[in-house]
Amino acid sequence: MPADHAAPADGRDLEDIGRRAVEAAVAAGADDAEAWVERSWGREIRVYEGAVESLSEAGARGAGVRVFNGDSPGYAYGTDLSESGLAALARAAAGAAAVTDPDEHAGLPDECGAARVTELSSPDLAAWSTERKVSLALEVERAARTRPGVTQVEDTVYADSEECAAIVNSRGFAASYEATSAWAYASAFAGEGSDLMTGLGVGLGRAPEALDPEAIGGEAADRALALTGARQPGSRRCPVVLDAFVAASFVGFIGGMLSADAVQRGRSLFADREGEEIAAPALRLLDDGTHPDGFASAPFDGEGSPRRRTPLIEEGRLTSYLFDTRTARKAGRATTGSAVRSSYRSPPSVGTANLVIEPGDGDLEALVATARDGLFVTDVAGLHSGVNPISGSFSVGATGRLIEGGELGPPVREITIASDLVSMLRSVRAVGATARWVPFGGSVSAVPLLLGEMTVSGS
Amino acid sequence: MSLLGRDLAERAIARALARGGDFADLYVEDRNGLALSLDDRRLERAQTGRERGASVRVVLGEATYFGHVDGLADDDVLSVAESVSRALDADARAPRALESPTAVSSHPVGERPEDVDVARKADMLRACDEEARGAGGEVAQVTVSYAETRRRVQVFSSEGCTASDDRTRVRLGVQVVARRDGTVETGHETRGGHAGFELLDERPEEVAATAAGRALTMLDAVDAPTGRMPVVVGNGFGGVLLHEAVGHGLEADAVQKHASVYAGKLGERLAEPFVNAYDDGRKPGEWGSDGIDDEGTPTQMTRILEDGRLTSYLYDLLRARKDGVASTGNGRRESFRHLPVPRMTNTYFAPGDATADDLIAGTDRGLYAVSFGGGQVEPATGDFVFGVSEGYLIEGGEVTAPVRGATLIGNGLEALRAIDGVAGDLRIATGFCGKAGQRVAAGVGQPHVRIRGLTVGGTAA
Repeated sequence: MPADHAAPADGRDLEDIGRRAVEAAVAAGADDAEAWVERSWGREIRVYEGAVESLSEAGARGAGVRVFNGDSPGYAYGTDLSESGLAALARAAAGAAAVTDPDEHAGLPDECGAARVTELSSPDLAAWSTERKVSLALEVERAARTRPGVTQVEDTVYADSEECAAIVNSRGFAASYEATSAWAYASAFAGEGSDLMTGLGVGLGRAPEALDPEAIGGEAADRALALTGARQPGSRRCPVVLDAFVAASFVGFIGGMLSADAVQRGRSLFADREGEEIAAPALRLLDDGTHPDGFASAPFDGEGSPRRRTPLIEEGRLTSYLFDTRTARKAGRATTGSAVRSSYRSPPSVGTANLVIEPGDGDLEALVATARDGLFVTDVAGLHSGVNPISGSFSVGATGRLIEGGELGPPVREITIASDLVSMLRSVRAVGATARWVPFGGSVSAVPLLLGEMTVSGS
Repeated sequence: MSLLGRDLAERAIARALARGGDFADLYVEDRNGLALSLDDRRLERAQTGRERGASVRVVLGEATYFGHVDGLADDDVLSVAESVSRALDADARAPRALESPTAVSSHPVGERPEDVDVARKADMLRACDEEARGAGGEVAQVTVSYAETRRRVQVFSSEGCTASDDRTRVRLGVQVVARRDGTVETGHETRGGHAGFELLDERPEEVAATAAGRALTMLDAVDAPTGRMPVVVGNGFGGVLLHEAVGHGLEADAVQKHASVYAGKLGERLAEPFVNAYDDGRKPGEWGSDGIDDEGTPTQMTRILEDGRLTSYLYDLLRARKDGVASTGNGRRESFRHLPVPRMTNTYFAPGDATADDLIAGTDRGLYAVSFGGGQVEPATGDFVFGVSEGYLIEGGEVTAPVRGATLIGNGLEALRAIDGVAGDLRIATGFCGKAGQRVAAGVGQPHVRIRGLTVGGTAA
């Protein structure tokens, strides 16, 4: 690759671009302006049956400009970062602000800043050659494929990214950071025809060193093999153990409902429940925007407020919602540094950074033993269509194994589990001890959870 | 319209093949868009975007090498071709000369959205808000969104392909929340197409009225039943079931990796003889239509089920070459930053002889699933789960109470086999389909269809 693409540009370069964009926006008549500039360089290696299927290597760049015309916001984004491109972006943002209605709570943060966050970027990533990364992907696939009973490994991917982001605003704030990430996953099949079951294995870290190909491939194989011969069981009401993947998916959904924006718009079942008991005392949940291992960590959020740790559920009580500047002003509170951007294409909105379920003290075997007779869920389908965000009632598809006499029993499929989120949170009986970071439900540090009785529908 | 000259394209492709490759292509895109949203009676968001870039792909044997770049300057395009070629280590291959451009049937765009004053669009959103709020005192919240995009693309390949497309899409969506005491329900409706602003000129408020009607109706919902029962699936967005549970399994990448229950079933009877289905990227003005796919192949109407028999998979160039067939024009990409993969365009069951009333009248006890909140399918097994966002009980051949919390759970092959009635009222709705990290516009549709027996996961005790 050309040398100028070898690593993301220095943050100061992006800050300079941001400064020019902000100046152009002010010149175009904006009362306040903010620019978010990103540059990234990433690879994705896909292997299949022992050979490279595709290898992508590319850089991307772009900027988003947010302006305020009085209290009216406008946004524009683009990939042309030349002087004329930035001027066009500034004009487009000003034009957008001319059409929106004023919002007295909208505006730039009163105080910007950057938290001290370390270890977001690993120099080891750049030291790995493409060939070595290809080998790693092939090892992941081999680890899954060579397990007896695995009929095929459908998809194996290694990917990484080096990215740099900068924010600049018309109140004089400018900051930037760099982060690296590397991840790999494999999807394995066991069984054939209508008995085919699939399993996913994942690993993530700041550099490829953190990825254990045996563990990732092995996990994909083990999860598929554990489900071979799955049948639809009879309907029942029973305790349920969620594995870490599934717990993360549920917690991610709950995190979304704790956004002050959802709350203030009356779209969250947690509205007006701050301080209330909404969960069993065993469950502690927090959002940590500064955790070195969290993929969503950064010194500042999407509008330049410092990232931080925000306890969400403590001792079973709902301790706080997640706020950005606008929702905080509306509620008379302080921001929790929870303005997120999925990329330069979107203006900031309220969201979670890294959700952390505080580990308890039982391993998975202990949770299963305590459940005695119940259901162990390893996959859920249709979470986002199956949950009513306002009432919290849900019915989702599930796959897993029965728990019989305190041990894992036969695999089951084509079932639905139904409850409502608050009943579910209140029914948490035990929290697993071993946490891992998973990319489900956002970025979540997850553990298995033992829940009280739920409705399980089968045949 | 030309984003990139032929000379530069030819040089870039030659450079891409400088270190070997059986095939190379260059994809060029200039996209821009506007999105507006109104929430809580306020026009809260207005945003515009413009992205230009190119990508280069080189295929050698079974391996694909890919890179993309922001910007369309000569140096940008040549440098991305150069960097992709460096991943290979074989002898240079000379590309064929570029042919004259492929003629494509473009979809008619009456009123260019970017020529319509933004204030008029804002007024449309406000009118929708008024309409929804006027539907009843129990309407608590209304969200209205509007989006327009224009994607101009060019494709050049080492086989000589030169093709371009100019794609304009508009979409209006309304979401309504209705509240009565402790009960809260939402209703949703959209209208969109590969078309200009004229699509939204005619009574856009109807979209709001439909969404509000759904939310208000659902306030009276009872808990969904649980168990196996006949299900009548509504027309339009009901087609998401076909899209998810059948369509994805027909995409040739899944078939060739034996990751589809439909692999090896070509020519087999999978459904009753009155069941026919298509993937049709040519259908005028529909949401999932384009002139060409993102590999330069003209879009086409592909019959996937004929008289109940499986007749075709959906191909892009790579998978077609592997099976020794022609591409069906299904090589689609989200943007220049993505590799093409086989994707559906507009997928639908063809109209049958029954009527929706017949299907319902012939059902003693069952579920009428009008619209889905979303769904998920495992293509390898065909197992699916769908949340029913608007559903009703069918009792004694009549639609009775609305139900909340119903989930349909089943298997694509079994559901296909169990279709025992197809009505004539085909409608296509606007969907977004996610696959391989790429999100593309996909039309989903069908007439009313009855499935003899499906498992309904309900919330009723």
